Amino acid sequence: MTYSIQVKDLTLNFGAVSVLKTMNLDVTEGEFIVLLGPSGCGKSTLLNCLAGLLEPSDGEIWIKGKNVTWAEPNERGIGMVFQSYALYPQMTVRGNLSFGLRNARMPKGEIDKRVARASEILQIGPLLDRKPGALSGGQRQRVAIGRALVRDVDVFLFDEPLSNLDAKLRSELRVEIKRLHSRLKNTMVYVTHDQIEALTLADRIAVMKGGVIQQLAAPQEIYNRPANLFVAGFIGSPSMNFLPGQTLDGGRSFDFAGTRIDLEGYEGGAVGTRSKAILGLRPEHLLIQTQPEPGRTIPATVEIDEPMGADSLVWLRAGDLAMSVRVPVEQRPQPGQAVHLRVDIRHASVFDSETEARV
Amino acid sequence: MTVQLKTAQNPRGPRPRRILNPTRLMIYGVLIVAALYYIMPLWVMVMTSLKGMPEIRLGNIFSPPMEVTFEAWGKAWNTACTGLQCEGLKVGFWNSVQITVPSVVISIIIASVSGYALSFWKFKGSETYFTILIFGSFIPYQVMLFPLVMICRELGIYGTLSAVILVHTIFGMPILTLLFRNYFASLPEELFKAARVDGAGFWGIFFKVLVPMSTPIFVVAVILQVTGIWNDFLFGVVFAGTKNWPMTVQLNNIVNATQGVKEYNLNMAATILTGLVPLTIYFISGKLFVRGIAAGAVKG
Repeated sequence: MTYSIQVKDLTLNFGAVSVLKTMNLDVTEGEFIVLLGPSGCGKSTLLNCLAGLLEPSDGEIWIKGKNVTWAEPNERGIGMVFQSYALYPQMTVRGNLSFGLRNARMPKGEIDKRVARASEILQIGPLLDRKPGALSGGQRQRVAIGRALVRDVDVFLFDEPLSNLDAKLRSELRVEIKRLHSRLKNTMVYVTHDQIEALTLADRIAVMKGGVIQQLAAPQEIYNRPANLFVAGFIGSPSMNFLPGQTLDGGRSFDFAGTRIDLEGYEGGAVGTRSKAILGLRPEHLLIQTQPEPGRTIPATVEIDEPMGADSLVWLRAGDLAMSVRVPVEQRPQPGQAVHLRVDIRHASVFDSETEARV
Repeated sequence: MTVQLKTAQNPRGPRPRRILNPTRLMIYGVLIVAALYYIMPLWVMVMTSLKGMPEIRLGNIFSPPMEVTFEAWGKAWNTACTGLQCEGLKVGFWNSVQITVPSVVISIIIASVSGYALSFWKFKGSETYFTILIFGSFIPYQVMLFPLVMICRELGIYGTLSAVILVHTIFGMPILTLLFRNYFASLPEELFKAARVDGAGFWGIFFKVLVPMSTPIFVVAVILQVTGIWNDFLFGVVFAGTKNWPMTVQLNNIVNATQGVKEYNLNMAATILTGLVPLTIYFISGKLFVRGIAAGAVKG
């Protein structure tokens, strides 16, 4: 397997604050990696280190089998797209696209060829002689992508490229970036705090918090088997229900406020007996029914529901705990109704309360 | 409850405008009085400069000249006595030009590059350096006058144009560097990062990306420096040496001459002539300034 990017024990400290903690990350060629996490988790910092815009305190960065830890940004074979587009306002679109190539003293014929190709791929041909000020947000971001494209590089770095766009444009450009990836087959590293972007675009997602990668896996794996409580709570909207309790009978059942839930069929490790554990259930993995089933259901009272078109999000109270369940809109119960929530244990996650890790 | 739709009965046509309501009247009244108050001295100066001495002796300083004469202007420029020489203000004018142009250019070049380095290429201790620089702008420069005289003497440039230029360049540094640093710091950092990814170096980013976006701040710096240096009296009189005195010093010598008759028309003409350069700068660059801001407003 050839690695496109290798991050080896990368550490970055700003004074006493450590932003990246001995981070390791291997990205294979042509892979689309999304760095996902809340603000301040170090995702943009990692991207800036990859780009060579920040100097790491320790560790190494290899791109295409070359140690580029101390190389200048333009020597690394990367192209970068920024959140604020960062187009040069006084240059035309053509000037923006060709700026890097002119700095590299490329012959004019080659520059024209590359600009033409990039503008064909991104359909910005008619805009070439305009200034960025005369473009819409979506067009500007296309130009910004084009500026990375003309460099003809192996690695694309995206720093929250869609955050400044409105919802409709964002979903359009998201598809376009995916199309671009399938066409160019470059390695792409994409920073976002938007889990929808992460889930839709990524081959693998790296969920980060506090300068540490919490989990690095395919989107479905992250969704279905979150490595810990943080990942479980961060991914998925509305977020996962966390039921505090304990596991009994050597891990065969879970006790939530006196309600026993069978753990038979749980897809995970050996649960074992734990005096403090958390059962994580996604809103779509619960079913509302009127009849109780011992070991399978949790009694609850409906409080409110939020219809969202096709689905409705129902908020219930089970003991002291507020829970949410996603149901088809025509099956929504009445507020105040006493119901039973059927647990789909195959999609559940059990976490250890101490370590917060999934078992 | 019924909601009454009044659209049909509503008044139509453009919203009526009352030009003179009490508030407006107050505002314009105050503005007009203030404008008159400030324009009055200029009026007196221009009128007096166009009169002959006999007419001035009649008093009536506000009245326009009965007989317009430019004699005083010619004399102020060509033959007025500024000490021992009687060659008029033109000598001082050219001295001032020779002082102002290099001082403005050199100080702006150095300050813009330092401001750029301080905002984008932070180095260890750059913040400390900046703080010291800013601190410098709060020290009254009279304090440093004597040491500077000694330095210039040691350098062998005391009493030459180079000495004045050096002093002006040094004293322009703190405020100009602050000005440029803050302006560059307000530009998006991603622009700088994008230029680095595009392979532009220290000078490439400065000249190709940042300077073209920075017209407003350069205009501000030019206004600040030209008016400041042109209007300077102290450094000129101390460092330039008698032959190189700037216009302000020579103006002083004309106006404060203690011998002979006070030629008010000559004094007024000479004063207006000296003030003409900063005034022109304000008028021209005011327009440029607005244009510069408008051009900079197009964010990429």
